[in-house]
Amino acid sequence: MKLLVCISQTPDTTAKISFSADGKEFNAAGVQFIMNPYDEWYALVRACELKEALGGTVVVLNVGPAANDKTIRKALAIGADEAVRIDADPKSAGFVAKQIAEYARNEQFDIVFFGKETIDYNGSEVGAMAAEYLDLPYVSYASKLDVNGNLATLEREIEGGIEVLEVNTPFVLSAAKGMAEQRIPNMRGIMAANTKPLKVVPAVPYQENVVAAQFTLPPPKAGVKLVQPDQMDELVRLLHEEAKVI
Amino acid sequence: MVLVFAESPRGQFKKAAFEAVTFGKKLADQMGTSCAAIVLGAAQNAGELGRYGAARVLQVSADALNQIDSQVYAQVLAEAAKQLGASVVVLSHTSTGKTIAGRLAVRLDAGLVSGVNALPNAGGAALRVKKSVFSGKAIAEFDITSAVKVVSLMGNAVRPDASGNPVSAEALSIAPPAARVKVKEVKTQEGTVPLPEAEVVVSAGRGMKEPGNWGIVEDLASVLGATTACSRPVADSHWRPHHEHVGQTGIAIRPNLYIAIGISGAIQHLAGVNNSKTIVVINKDPEAPFFKAADYGVVGDLFEVVPKLTEAVKKFKAQQ
Ligand SMILES: Cc1cc2nc3c(=O)[nH]c(=O)nc-3n(C[C@H](O)[C@H](O)[C@H](O)COP(=O)(O)OP(=O)(O)OC[C@H]3O[C@@H](n4cnc5c(N)ncnc54)[C@H](O)[C@@H]3O)c2cc1C
Repeated sequence: MKLLVCISQTPDTTAKISFSADGKEFNAAGVQFIMNPYDEWYALVRACELKEALGGTVVVLNVGPAANDKTIRKALAIGADEAVRIDADPKSAGFVAKQIAEYARNEQFDIVFFGKETIDYNGSEVGAMAAEYLDLPYVSYASKLDVNGNLATLEREIEGGIEVLEVNTPFVLSAAKGMAEQRIPNMRGIMAANTKPLKVVPAVPYQENVVAAQFTLPPPKAGVKLVQPDQMDELVRLLHEEAKVI
Repeated sequence: MVLVFAESPRGQFKKAAFEAVTFGKKLADQMGTSCAAIVLGAAQNAGELGRYGAARVLQVSADALNQIDSQVYAQVLAEAAKQLGASVVVLSHTSTGKTIAGRLAVRLDAGLVSGVNALPNAGGAALRVKKSVFSGKAIAEFDITSAVKVVSLMGNAVRPDASGNPVSAEALSIAPPAARVKVKEVKTQEGTVPLPEAEVVVSAGRGMKEPGNWGIVEDLASVLGATTACSRPVADSHWRPHHEHVGQTGIAIRPNLYIAIGISGAIQHLAGVNNSKTIVVINKDPEAPFFKAADYGVVGDLFEVVPKLTEAVKKFKAQQ
């Protein structure tokens, strides 16, 4: 099988988020970056498991600048065989989807994996867009994936339930919790990652149609109002009269 | 005009559809245009969407549309948007909307912003929309500059406004293509409001000590009409089902009221709940980080506090 896993680089979960004084740009100074957790734990690990069970190749792809190579090497250490970096500083989901589709179009991948969303822009947009550019079926929020020949069986989280789906390869999916367990790269993997191929390809032009105009931090909470443990009637009154939520 | 895709999962509209139409109507008013709703497949009382502000309700009926395939839905919606001359298409940011929105945007050559959580500003040529980013740690405003625009609306961001009148649904004839994804089975959890839609959520963490203690959490949830949730270690140790897991790795929710019981408030947990309107924290440790994100706090032993709170709510409900 030939599998493509699209990975994004995002600020670490615990990073303090700040912006330039005019609120136009994310302030990356001092921020540690990681592989987007859903891309890593669910998409990449499941792709590696399938390759290990069924044979084939896992290619990881990142749209980003050279600074992302460290994250890409981590994906190779976890088990991907080759990497591609599309050399650009992405500004929108549309841009990223377009680049991925242009690359994947002639590569005959059986499955293209995404994470369910990134933890920075929380969009859930790129997978569906890339699927449309590629004219392939798309299953989002997949929590389980099994492959038997050309036929894939998936489970997908929906509001208040689970859908069981079947689709033939090739197709595109986004991965959510349940798909696989986090894998810590071992020493051998880390050593091997340094010698695995990482190809850098130029970006194709794209007409942007969504522009970040302003970033702000949420207003600070007014501070917690403490209620004594034996004053639960008072808490209920506050929730009813002040917060108006019950 | 503003075209709203009103989801009708298994033939029924849910809150998401009413919120989306309400949002579409308010946006259309701002733009000085009208709002139409489109329904794909079966739906009971499609004309009811008129109450939420749809001047027209269009329904494309075909068996193929009773199951959701992103390609089929995106193609039919794109065709409808073109036929009707829609300048903005609104979807819900649900499992369905997330599967379709990106495809639809590409088909319509439209800019997309997903998870919009406030009424946009349609003043200029661009549409300026707001959403929560960095897992709740910041707010971003985006300008959508394309001629046709697609937005998806976060749940619980707009209150459904049913002050209008029903209309009669009109049939719209668009032939759907063949689906390539087959839905074999849908396993639903009946009885409770799904977490993403819940207005009140009672959530508990490792402070509960063991799964056999959950009765007090369920009692509180039951008197409040709330849905139950849990922290990650609780789901990981199979004390509670995985679909209850909220936070960065689980699901993100934004109920009106989130009650956190015996949960420390780690940043990864907060990432999934910090958009809740009101947060109540019950924890015996006054230094628990969750108190910093809370509106109301009770420092005390949950095994004593929770049953008392349940009694107080019961008393309150009886008086109502
Ligand atoms: C990458 C990553 C992703 C993660 N994603 C998530 C996620 O999606 N969701 C999530 O929840 N976690 C997530 N976590 C885990 C997170 O960091 C915390 O470990 C977890 O949220 C802690 O769960 P808890 O609050 O239930 O348990 P604990 O941290 O053990 O807290 C238990 C709390 O209960 C209180 N308590 C104990 N007994 C009592 C009592 N009798 N009465 C009152 N209070 C009591 C304690 O004071 C304590 O504050 C993630 C971690 C990582 C590293």
